[in-house]
Amino acid sequence: MAEAAAHDHDDHRPHGWVRWVYSTNHKDIGTLYLIFAIIAGVIGGALSVAIRMELQEPGIQIFSGLAQMVYGMQGDAAIDGGKSMYNAFGAAHGLIMIFFMVMPALIGGFANWMVPIMIGAPDMAFPRMNNISFWLLPPAFILLLSSMFVPSAPGAFGVGGGWTIYPPLSTSGQPGPAMDLAILSIHIAGASSILGAINFITTIFNMRAPGMTLHKMPLFAWAVLITAFLLLLSLPVLAGGITMLLTDRNFGTAFFVPDQGGDPLLFQHLFWFFGHPEVYILILPGFGIISHIVSTFSKKPVFGYLGMAYAMVAIGAVGFIVWAHHMYTTGLSLDTQRYFVFATMVIAVPTGVKIFSWIATMWGGSISFKPPMLWALGFIFLFTIGGVTGVQLANAGLDRSLHDTYFVIAHFHYVLSLGAVFAIFAGWYYWFPKMTGYMYSPVIANTHFWVTFVGVNLIFFPQHFLGLAGMPRRTVDYPDAFAGWNMVSSYGSYISAVGVAIFLYGVFEAFQKKRVAGANPWGEGATTLEWQLPSPPPFHQWEQLPKIK
Amino acid sequence: MRKFLASAKFLAGTAASAVLFSGAAARADQPRAWEVSFQEPATDMMRQIERFGNYTMWFIVPITVLVLVLLLACIIRFRASANPVPSKTSHNTLIEVIWTVGPVIVLLLIAIPSFQLLTAQYTPPEEAKLTVKATGNQWNWDYEYQVDKTFSFNSAVLQDGDRAKAGKEDRNLYPRLLAVDNELVVPVNTTTRVLITATDVIHSFAVPSFGIKMDAVPGRTNETWFKAEKEGLYYGQCSQLCGKDHAFMPIAVRVVSDAQFKTWLETAKTDVPAANKALMAEIDGTNKVAAAGN
Repeated sequence: MAEAAAHDHDDHRPHGWVRWVYSTNHKDIGTLYLIFAIIAGVIGGALSVAIRMELQEPGIQIFSGLAQMVYGMQGDAAIDGGKSMYNAFGAAHGLIMIFFMVMPALIGGFANWMVPIMIGAPDMAFPRMNNISFWLLPPAFILLLSSMFVPSAPGAFGVGGGWTIYPPLSTSGQPGPAMDLAILSIHIAGASSILGAINFITTIFNMRAPGMTLHKMPLFAWAVLITAFLLLLSLPVLAGGITMLLTDRNFGTAFFVPDQGGDPLLFQHLFWFFGHPEVYILILPGFGIISHIVSTFSKKPVFGYLGMAYAMVAIGAVGFIVWAHHMYTTGLSLDTQRYFVFATMVIAVPTGVKIFSWIATMWGGSISFKPPMLWALGFIFLFTIGGVTGVQLANAGLDRSLHDTYFVIAHFHYVLSLGAVFAIFAGWYYWFPKMTGYMYSPVIANTHFWVTFVGVNLIFFPQHFLGLAGMPRRTVDYPDAFAGWNMVSSYGSYISAVGVAIFLYGVFEAFQKKRVAGANPWGEGATTLEWQLPSPPPFHQWEQLPKIK
Repeated sequence: MRKFLASAKFLAGTAASAVLFSGAAARADQPRAWEVSFQEPATDMMRQIERFGNYTMWFIVPITVLVLVLLLACIIRFRASANPVPSKTSHNTLIEVIWTVGPVIVLLLIAIPSFQLLTAQYTPPEEAKLTVKATGNQWNWDYEYQVDKTFSFNSAVLQDGDRAKAGKEDRNLYPRLLAVDNELVVPVNTTTRVLITATDVIHSFAVPSFGIKMDAVPGRTNETWFKAEKEGLYYGQCSQLCGKDHAFMPIAVRVVSDAQFKTWLETAKTDVPAANKALMAEIDGTNKVAAAGN
């Protein structure tokens, strides 16, 4: 189709649905990703609120009714169906938040939007591949959502094995098609991420503006580059693992079937070889965003730029050799556990460098507390709490008591829900004026922050106590002694849900009021290239490549 | 000492409720309402775990407080109205070395006792005198006593309807979702080896107050051990998602005196329900005598 006549497209932009569905423009694709992430985040968040409603009091209240409504079950079948549905909600919450909310928002959304602009490139290296990266996600998401409505185990619907889908529970334990749909969903989402990773690596290595050496590249681009490598190296291992799961389920192989010579723990090794780098995939782009925001609103350059960049490289590299700290209780040998304790603790060093460098960036600055900075400050403190409990969990001897309890839930929500998600909101309020050209209401944004801050801490801090007292994860009901902190945690969840509503209203209000933001609403501290462009940037930017001194 | 996390209480603003509700437990072999720390240790191993946990708090609470104080200092001293002209400092090699080496030293200080604890967990103080095999099923446990005449029985969650028949109506002693029909019975002060496996999916055998948790993996036999120091009833729960009734497969361990165990064992070899009934009657009797003697 691309005849020579179509080539004189100065600012030739497609209109209507063609612009979005056929899009090869990194900014439009980034916008699609962000909208997708918001939708998935609301769905995944709703699942977690349902989980917290169930856990507000001992007993089974919510899910038997839900099973009655959704699956038309009656009596005891509804109670059993409800228990399975609870497990399905837990698995779906995890998978949705990881694959369909945080990754699309940070990598597909912000990185797609900002990395080409920040490195002075007109677009991504492979625009059409960028398009397919995004458009693989909706079918993957639909597969995962539809898995919740097809049978898994007898009398149960939806994947009930947690996001970790350990066999044999995910093979012989759930013979129905729900697990197959989920596996295909993860396959497609993984393919989408691998294509995206190839695109980012190529773009960042080959399309930087003249003068922008790697050591002058903004930290967000560094973060995305490292993230892309983690994706590229870890996702194929997951793909291999879940393919073996698929063939075990459907084609009579026995990779994970012990009575035919297989080993269920092999899957755990494969899964966590992906799974641990995955948690850094979720947080590294956030590190990049926070660095920019702290620097912008302190009106100071990032402190220890090279240390910051190579701390991320170190976190990414070491992240590949610590996976079995998720498996201390599986019967690993003493020496194996010793090694993984040691390797895991090493990660605390570069992470500490990052925390202290952010503080040093602020030190001596002239700090204004605009909404993005508020979220960034919240991030630094809450991520620190999640980080130090991570240091505790790294010790296999202590993890013996904490593994698979709510202490772990509290830990990883402090680093992801209060870390990665705070970074997403920080980035959202930082770049929203750039992406849309409109300024949101700072009052609504600040209210969103404080409501969320109170809500999420109420959810997750008491979960440390529950974990210490021995409450296991992933249970639909619990001994009555755990009722108190569970109630507090559930109320926190409702407050956080109000926070999400405030967020959505703030977006609506910004588009309604159309306050013009201007090219650089943040002033002299905002030094990266995106602030040199108008807001929103032109459909194609950097037709004259910027020169970097 | 229930210090674990106690020193961090202020972070959550929960100090008041924690002081009100925690620590008042007379018998801590099961979770307590508003508990903010580990259950009371019933083995030396759990005491070591708790001690190490408290030890790590001496590092992580000050680190968290340091970060908080530095953040507050930045917020107060370097807010735009107080410090309109930002400095241009972006390097300081000395401080970068300090905050790299500092954490390394902290980690070494944590690692040394951590490795000691881990090694101790895999080094029973003596050859085990009793071996029981725990087999996880969806959703109950089989316990097999590997004594001269091997026997086994099933242990499932106690249904409310069966409380009266089982003589387990005291919900403090036999809490909902923790109490079982047939407890694992072991003698006090005896190193007990537990072999752990599963028949269908992965389960996990965990007793918090003993400081043990070991996955029950089909096709593989894992091993752990404990040496309970006090007679009593100790509860744990399956700690690996195993399907619909994961929340409903508790683990209950009844630690009894040597003499009681011998009597129980002799009867249990042929008739487990009768052995349990006799054991419960005897424990009730001893408790009543003890209460009367006070």
